[in-house]
Amino acid sequence: MNVAVLRSMLWIALVVAGPFAAALPALGAEIPPDQRRSGYADMSPDNKAMQDDDTSNPGMLAVLDGEALWGTKAGTANRSCADCHGDAKTSMKGVAARYPVFNAARGQPVDLSQRINICRSQHQQAKPFAHESKDMLALSAYVAMQSRGDPIAPPDDQRLKPFIEKGHALFMQRMGQLNLSCSQCHNDNWGKNIAGNIMPQAHPTGYPIYRLEWQGMGSLQRRLRNCMIGVRAEPYAYGAPEYVEMELYLMQRARGMTIETPAVRP
Amino acid sequence: MAARTLINVPKKAKRGEVITIKTLISHPMETGFRHNTVGLPLPRDIITSFVCTYNGEEIFRAALHPAIAANPFITFHTVATESGRIAFRWTGDNGFAAEASADIAVG
Repeated sequence: MNVAVLRSMLWIALVVAGPFAAALPALGAEIPPDQRRSGYADMSPDNKAMQDDDTSNPGMLAVLDGEALWGTKAGTANRSCADCHGDAKTSMKGVAARYPVFNAARGQPVDLSQRINICRSQHQQAKPFAHESKDMLALSAYVAMQSRGDPIAPPDDQRLKPFIEKGHALFMQRMGQLNLSCSQCHNDNWGKNIAGNIMPQAHPTGYPIYRLEWQGMGSLQRRLRNCMIGVRAEPYAYGAPEYVEMELYLMQRARGMTIETPAVRP
Repeated sequence: MAARTLINVPKKAKRGEVITIKTLISHPMETGFRHNTVGLPLPRDIITSFVCTYNGEEIFRAALHPAIAANPFITFHTVATESGRIAFRWTGDNGFAAEASADIAVG
């Protein structure tokens, strides 16, 4: 085969491949707003029914614990959440839909669980809850449930910008022995199968969630750690700022979607 | 913290109607087959029995075993015969006992 024939074959290959390459979605591109869907949409009818009925949703057991904690006096200040905030149904409505927010005193963003612990240490003068403890999950589930049905509405705060960008960079960053980024699964391959499950788009609509595999409640941080372990990366420690940055980006990405807390997931 | 229960019994029903009862209780259902991070066995801690009574008469009973997941959800049917109280009792390891009840109006 001479060089001229090879060159013409290459041209044919380019001409044939060209239109197909153009039709492929750009890898790493964000999901168009009208195609966004909650992980709820991919669940079985049984799991959907479990989440929809407050007497069969096991996340409601944690919400009941959280409701009790809301009214329990704690710390040397001997104050309950209710003593300052009153009825959570009105005072906490929409809060989970806009967190994480920028905390001026710390000079960095804080998520809902960090905010709860700031209240505990500063206003109640009580011991902060441990990460992922039963009490922390219960109280954050109770607070977040007050926003159920509200659209995710992150604040337009310029101070958050650099942190959201860091979160976006982390989302695109390949990591672990499998060398995968969040985006490669959740932007490029959502809706396909990952083993027996459907790859979700990774919108943080229902945290803290009751996950059947965990047989209990878990935060978004626990879910992110799960993914990192899945790609054989070493997860950041609980409470690491990277988690808040990722949550900030994910909340931007899910802007306008509906809060479902407490969500049930398989 | 005491065990939390969630009960779903219809508030009213027609006489002779088949009704669905749903119950959910918070419980770790520790199997007794697991070990902690330093290799010591975690002792079994499960609910072993669930009983439902309708105006004092037993209408449903279940024996629970280690393979049942945490926070057991039990649902079953019965015939609405008369107005009154449907009561539930869970008992288990380490003296665990929890009770709940709901009233139903049958017309």
